[in-house]
Amino acid sequence: MKSIPVSTTVNGDAVDFVCAPGETLLDALRNRLSLTGAKEGCGTGDCGACSVTLNGRLVCSCLVLAAEAEGAEVGTVEGMADHDKLHVLQQSFLDHAALQCGICTPGILVASKALLEENPEPTDEEVRYWLAGNLCRCTGYDKIVRAVQDAAAKMRSA
Amino acid sequence: MPDVTPLPAATPIRMGSNAGQPRTRADGLLKVTGRATYAADNHPAGMAQAVLVTAAIARGRVTAMNVEAARAHPGVVEVYTPANRPELALEPDAKPSFFSKLTETLQDDTVRYEGQPIALVVAETLEAATEAARLLAPQYAAETARVGFDLAPYAPESVGFGFPIEMSKGDIAAGLSEAASTTETVVETPPQYHNAMETHAIVAEWKDGKLYLDTPTQAPGMSAAGFAAWLGLDPADVVIRSPFLGGGFGSKAAVVGAFLLAIQAAKLLDRPVKLALARHQMFGHVFHRGATRQTIKLGMDAEGRLTAIDHHTTAVTAAFEEFIEGASGAARTTYAAPAIRASHDGVRNDVGVPGAMRAPGEASGSAALEIAADVAAEAAGLDPLEFRLRNYAETDPMSGLPYSSKALRECYAEGAREFGWAGRPLAPRQMTDDAGMLVGWGVGTATFPCPMFGAEARATLRADGTAVIETALIDMGQGSWTAMAQIAADSLGLDVEQVEIRGGVSDLPDSGVAGGSGYTATLGLAIDNAGGDTIRQLAEIASSDPDSPLHGTGNTRVVARGGRLYAQDDESRSESYADILARAGRETLSGEGKGARGENDANDHSFQSHGAVFAEVKVDPDLGQVRVTRLVGAFAAGRIINPRMVESQLSGGMIWGISFALHEGAEMDPRTGRILNRDFGEYHVSVNSDAPSVKVLTIPEEDAFVNPLGVKGVGEIGVTGTAGAIANAIWHATGKRVTSYPIRLEELLDL
Amino acid sequence: MKSFDYLRPETLADAIAAGGAPGAAYLAGGTNLVDLMKTGAAVPDRIVDITRLPGLDRWEWLDDGGLRIGALVRNSDLAHDVDVAQTFPAMAEALLSGASGQLRNAATVGGNLMQATRCPFFADPTSSCNRREAGSGCAAQGLSARAFAVLGASEACIATHPSDFCVALAALGAMVEVAGPDGTRAVALTDFHRLPGAAPQTTTVLKPGELVTAITLPAAAAGFRRHARYLKLRDRTSFAFALVSAAAMLRIEDGIIAEARLAFGGVAAKPWRALDAEAALKGARPDADAFATAAARALEGAAATAGNGFKIPLAARIGARALTLAAAGTPAEMPVLPGSVHLGEPAHA
Repeated sequence: MKSIPVSTTVNGDAVDFVCAPGETLLDALRNRLSLTGAKEGCGTGDCGACSVTLNGRLVCSCLVLAAEAEGAEVGTVEGMADHDKLHVLQQSFLDHAALQCGICTPGILVASKALLEENPEPTDEEVRYWLAGNLCRCTGYDKIVRAVQDAAAKMRSA
Repeated sequence: MPDVTPLPAATPIRMGSNAGQPRTRADGLLKVTGRATYAADNHPAGMAQAVLVTAAIARGRVTAMNVEAARAHPGVVEVYTPANRPELALEPDAKPSFFSKLTETLQDDTVRYEGQPIALVVAETLEAATEAARLLAPQYAAETARVGFDLAPYAPESVGFGFPIEMSKGDIAAGLSEAASTTETVVETPPQYHNAMETHAIVAEWKDGKLYLDTPTQAPGMSAAGFAAWLGLDPADVVIRSPFLGGGFGSKAAVVGAFLLAIQAAKLLDRPVKLALARHQMFGHVFHRGATRQTIKLGMDAEGRLTAIDHHTTAVTAAFEEFIEGASGAARTTYAAPAIRASHDGVRNDVGVPGAMRAPGEASGSAALEIAADVAAEAAGLDPLEFRLRNYAETDPMSGLPYSSKALRECYAEGAREFGWAGRPLAPRQMTDDAGMLVGWGVGTATFPCPMFGAEARATLRADGTAVIETALIDMGQGSWTAMAQIAADSLGLDVEQVEIRGGVSDLPDSGVAGGSGYTATLGLAIDNAGGDTIRQLAEIASSDPDSPLHGTGNTRVVARGGRLYAQDDESRSESYADILARAGRETLSGEGKGARGENDANDHSFQSHGAVFAEVKVDPDLGQVRVTRLVGAFAAGRIINPRMVESQLSGGMIWGISFALHEGAEMDPRTGRILNRDFGEYHVSVNSDAPSVKVLTIPEEDAFVNPLGVKGVGEIGVTGTAGAIANAIWHATGKRVTSYPIRLEELLDL
Repeated sequence: MKSFDYLRPETLADAIAAGGAPGAAYLAGGTNLVDLMKTGAAVPDRIVDITRLPGLDRWEWLDDGGLRIGALVRNSDLAHDVDVAQTFPAMAEALLSGASGQLRNAATVGGNLMQATRCPFFADPTSSCNRREAGSGCAAQGLSARAFAVLGASEACIATHPSDFCVALAALGAMVEVAGPDGTRAVALTDFHRLPGAAPQTTTVLKPGELVTAITLPAAAAGFRRHARYLKLRDRTSFAFALVSAAAMLRIEDGIIAEARLAFGGVAAKPWRALDAEAALKGARPDADAFATAAARALEGAAATAGNGFKIPLAARIGARALTLAAAGTPAEMPVLPGSVHLGEPAHA
């Protein structure tokens, strides 16, 4: 078993790290890069708490090997705000109280951003199905839909 | 001080304009940016990673583990098994606190449920620990597991946390035999697992003679005391940091063995150790909602008025430990009848010990009782809502005590209006939509008690006129960082921006238990009292200071508002906090407060929150697939501190009700006692697309008796009533009375 | 997970050379393999990451109107392409019915074919499972449970195949292109997966070192575009495997069914194409009776184990429903949302 050097880009910053073959991207983000916004809720792709984008594509980072990030662009919740200026979705989640315990929130924000990039004007039904991969146990599903729709409207008129 | 009389608690003076406002979540910014730190996000220098090894049988012994192979794996630091188990200060079976249950700390090779800890592996990296855990390859001698309800029942010691196993009033036999009609309904609820999105986790670090723990707890003070007792430490030397919990739902109040192992490993290895349970390890070691089989016999007179309610629950508990789901409690609190019996017995299975899970007792109990009520309404030929109104409890059904407040009638009325209940056909299978789906409407009564535990807080005014509240506050999502600041601001006559909350650490005044829906009431009262105590002292200083405009007012004749004290009868006399403190040469001024139920309050009143939940479902007539298309809940829960947080709690609870009705349940392999669906892929909780648009109404309710704040609590009541409302709506859509949760589509097919 | 070597070959030839070694496994989207490596059900010594192999991540329209889909195309990309979805609507619906957005984004079409069963005993290395470990027994036998197979099962294994996509592919008559140490070959999708028989450990016809390189949909499959649906029943509205599902496609000429396709998911260890039902529909009028009769015929050989008897009539019903919806016409806008009975379209068109 050899260590694997990885050069990748996370939230626009070039980073290098060395990982074990069996290490997931989630573990590398959390343990090697101190980016703990993505959470491990299940480790099996069944909850979405670890959602990040990999080359612009929303994925569960718990099922991606860290080695696969070589040469890729990774996006996490830490990259959503522009310094102190929150992303419209982040502000909307605050405004609509679309979070409670908050541990699913980073994954849901990253997933919502990916949704709106692909579908800027989703129906409620589309939001609910798109976000079906993000469990919220508290469970704030209804307010999450309202927050995403409000953010979508603001982003469309911006 | 003869001119000083004690300020009565919660005078109108101190309820200012902050409470009741829909303030944005104080911890929201940290959470939406990913900067809120949960236990497993901590990574102190030199930290080792631990992985728990758990049993893959439900009953028997571990006969062998390949410890050598695990130790030899590169990066492994140590492997703990019963052979080298670190000693504890207490016997393994000690139960140092009220919420303690028997737990496992590698005391021997016995396995008493699947998922029990049998070893702990510590390594330099998580990957190395995980692989070494696999290499242990435990061997077992399995015994036949005890599974299900059909075992010899026994009489438990108590129900829930110390309730009697049977309570009754009136003559049940007469109430049933003399009834115009009777119904009997048997409902089964499955084992459900809390499955907070954050798995149980701990980072343990021994430093400078103290033990620092980053771990989620719903009861920091009690947890610190519990850890200290197990480890033989002074409780003051255990510091738990628990600012945010990724959900708790009742599973994070008691000390569990896995955490003790991680702490001991940290001590023996002299370095910080992190342990986070894997998702599948959430199915056993950290409590669950035990399965129930409930038999509900109802007697009615010719007008559909109940003559008897006989609610018996057989609850599954662990073979080695007891926690009995108090489901029959619903019969004590929901409907009026001259004769009521709420009884329980237990059945011992080879499962982890059950415990309190969001709306313990009432969630399961109301899920059954609300079906039984609909069965009775049908038998009486009554609209289900009319049946409930006809059996409305004007006083506590069991004790006869008056309610401290009860706006349930308004909940029924407002909920029904919002939902559009009028015109609902009495018979089932009468409504369809344009797509040919069967449509049904159901109602359920929601109720949950309003307990208070003890809590303490300290309020300190600072020289600049701002304040800090200190208490070991935790927030598992309910919004306590926010709501407590609102209460604090009002009690101190400040704006909420001027109040800092220091919390999340156990070495602050004990915040009590975030559970039982009693946290806002209890800790809120402690904070309110602390603020009041501080203002009282401030008024004393001003009143006794000849240079103050408030000289001689006495400490009860002032109003605290906007950072100033005013003479109550002459508001032209006032002075700012900062000025009062400055002249007195005080940098700070602190007051303390406690929150608890008044000693005799419970003798005079019954304390319950109430609500009514209305559900619409659509069911495919041929394929049985159900969708909840509308949910309306109207709740009366006393004073609402933060409507925005409260709506989240209630709406979230109602979606738990969907999950209860349609999705959740551990499936046990009856041959082995193992759980077949021990992951999120197959242990289904509702996903976003399962939830409809949820409408929450809060009915204003003034309560002068429940506690001085008039706060009842909202964390759990949303779950109650909802599952039953959905089951009843499914009956109304299909004519099929399914009495086993979760309701599966095959039960709705005409095969 | 068990230690392994990680290789990332840059050519197909290198991949095949690396993947032919004992204990090697190909890694594409990873949504199933990495999961199984975590539970210990899969313990490869060597992971051959094929995600960077050139040319396999795109699809091309063939001159005859068929479609060749590279094995590394992501499920979501294929499903969301308007041309693809309009030409093969049941396939798009099936893709969108699977898993979650995250998993569809990662999962590849080739990997979808290689999915392991979700039988709980397969995923748990401490349970006996002939599929995971030949000869170890079948812990599923004798258990009362809802998920197991009602068609094509054996004493040795009663697991089902979890894919939605493959059900549509089976109905479409897809071909699977395979490359390996001995060159390339093409296999019909319906022959690709094996029924368990006495050797459930062999789940596909792939030989050591072989991997899927493409899936081809014949031009004729596009002929069903106006009448094609995929419908799925499950315990949640989304993000759950099928209890039963059906892909139904019709070619209707002058009010008569010129050709029908029907395949089922959730009923067998492979996507179950119902040729008898298809034959029964040919020449019939597209009405409820014909659909019910044909769908029932598809289940004629079905046999229940404890707890799953309901799946037999339910599969017949969803087959009939899928045919009914297909006859009513493919929705104007494809793709919409995962094929669900609760998404607004009339159930009895």
